[in-house]
Amino acid sequence: MIETIKRYWRAISTPSKYYSLGFLTLGGFIMGVIFWGGFNTAMEFTNTETFCTGCHEMRENVYEELQSTIHFTNRSGVRAKCSDCHVPHDWTNKIARKMQASKEVWGKIFGTINTREKFVAKRRELAEREWNRLKANDSLECRNCHDFEYMDFTWQSQRAATQHSTALANGEKTCIDCHKGIAHHLPDMSGVEGWD
Amino acid sequence: MKSRMTITVLLGLALTAGALAQNVATTRDAALDVEPNPPKISRVENDDVKRKRAYPMQPPTVPHKIDNYQIDTNANKCMSCHSRRRTEESQAPMVSVTHYMDREGNFLADISARRYFCNQCHVVQIDVDPLLDNEFEDIDDLLRAARK
Repeated sequence: MIETIKRYWRAISTPSKYYSLGFLTLGGFIMGVIFWGGFNTAMEFTNTETFCTGCHEMRENVYEELQSTIHFTNRSGVRAKCSDCHVPHDWTNKIARKMQASKEVWGKIFGTINTREKFVAKRRELAEREWNRLKANDSLECRNCHDFEYMDFTWQSQRAATQHSTALANGEKTCIDCHKGIAHHLPDMSGVEGWD
Repeated sequence: MKSRMTITVLLGLALTAGALAQNVATTRDAALDVEPNPPKISRVENDDVKRKRAYPMQPPTVPHKIDNYQIDTNANKCMSCHSRRRTEESQAPMVSVTHYMDREGNFLADISARRYFCNQCHVVQIDVDPLLDNEFEDIDDLLRAARK
């Protein structure tokens, strides 16, 4: 028994003694592809709506609210799913966000928002976290679809065109400054700039 | 004789029509056991142009879309443009001062709870033919007619 373990250990610690360079290179390459592919597939799975709404906390609160908004149902049938707004699209930022989101696993295990009452009580805190994130990255997730470069003000209502061609154009404001609560219900807004 | 009968019939018809016009039981254009085709959903006016008020105390109508505006204990989307504090930035008309009064006539710092739900009085407009004729007359028209 001990002998067998020792033999395996020798092969693992100095593989080039036992296996050919070609085998190790090719093997490493194939394993790399499998690992990398597997990792990304798993990560992509955590970006799906099935995964997000797998827990009742999401399904019965935020997902329910999303369904009546324009980001879920609209004339053209293009819609945003959870990760479109809540997860950055490019890789480095996505990994960073996923690591932050590991706290949500903790929250799930210990039932931080496992009842409607707990969720409602925590809504302001959760909303503020998202507002701050979008404020800090200049509403990146909005802009992934709503690209300012391609906005045609002449198709917007006069009010919208005025705001977008001034405050938004000169960078004074970003999407989330005015468009809070467009996909989910708002928390108690007392003290929030522009609402109070 | 014949002409008198015609007049009677006409009068009768006119009276029936009048009675019908005054006592409208339903605006449903089909029998109860028939599912009528619903009218097309019309677009809400969104041109920001004020409409005339039909009488001085009429709550002004909303000249823009208000889809999904949240008005509840947590937030009032309307007031994020129309409140006193917000109008400088938004350039929207401020809600009238009566909305800042309680029922004793005292002025409050914030919108009164009894005036909080905007769309109880202020509604969006759509460009459609009314189902019933509106016989409302503007007070100015009545005065002008009386003066003649």
